[in-house]
Amino acid sequence: MSGGHAEVPVAARVRQLEERLISAGLITDAELDEILTQVYDSASPVNGARMVVRAWTDPAYHDRLLADANAAAAELGFGPGTRGYLLKAVENTPGVHNVIVCTLCSCYPTSLLGPSPSWYKSFAYRSRVVREPREVLAEFGLELPEDTEIRVWDANSETRYLVLPQRPPGTDDKDEEALVSLVTRNGLIGTATC
Amino acid sequence: MARFTPGARVRARAADPDGHTRLPRYARGHVGEVVEVLATWSLPDATVRGVTQPEPVYTVRFSAAELWGSGSHAVLLDMWESYLEEV
Repeated sequence: MSGGHAEVPVAARVRQLEERLISAGLITDAELDEILTQVYDSASPVNGARMVVRAWTDPAYHDRLLADANAAAAELGFGPGTRGYLLKAVENTPGVHNVIVCTLCSCYPTSLLGPSPSWYKSFAYRSRVVREPREVLAEFGLELPEDTEIRVWDANSETRYLVLPQRPPGTDDKDEEALVSLVTRNGLIGTATC
Repeated sequence: MARFTPGARVRARAADPDGHTRLPRYARGHVGEVVEVLATWSLPDATVRGVTQPEPVYTVRFSAAELWGSGSHAVLLDMWESYLEEV
């Protein structure tokens, strides 16, 4: 795991919890390591991008993604990382732009978007994006038309959100891999168009 | 059985609970509209005390004007049934 967290007070609590779980026979040290390695080694915004591109290119997958994003993730092999929460895809359209936040902590679909950026966890982003999203998005370089409706999704329960960006114009001739490279982590959070 | 259905107007409880909750302060006392009945999950306020209390969870849409007195955007929050009252 990342080295900078070893000294923070919560790290000691996590270690104690791990020891209790292991001594109770609920899990072994090796199993814990395996799960963490699996989640963090494969966590990447490329996973979310693959779901987005499939939705752009396959109308039936698009509908399945909006109806049941957990099943749609599993279809592309991302089932293990998205177990344990309800995944919802929210779709950008010409009149609607979505953006996600967790105002209470930093909930986020890590396996599909990669480890969350530090600004996502910052008090400034979490407190401001629910109040003045248009200004916050402009600071990310995303200027939305005045008549675009902004929807801010606060992941305060067992739900994790993923934004389905609009397919950029002029990309009809691009193949799947080229399209995947267009989709960014910020696009999946909603702080970029794509 | 879910007490509220999509389209229902609901008010987020204004009370400040003693312990843990996942009802954000900024929504308390404000009126929104139920968009969807999401699932049935245990109320975190109870879970944290070691009690499992499953109840419906709703996505509720609040207008920025309602929450902040200005703005044209919408904020969508997931609300356990105990967090809501009828308007």
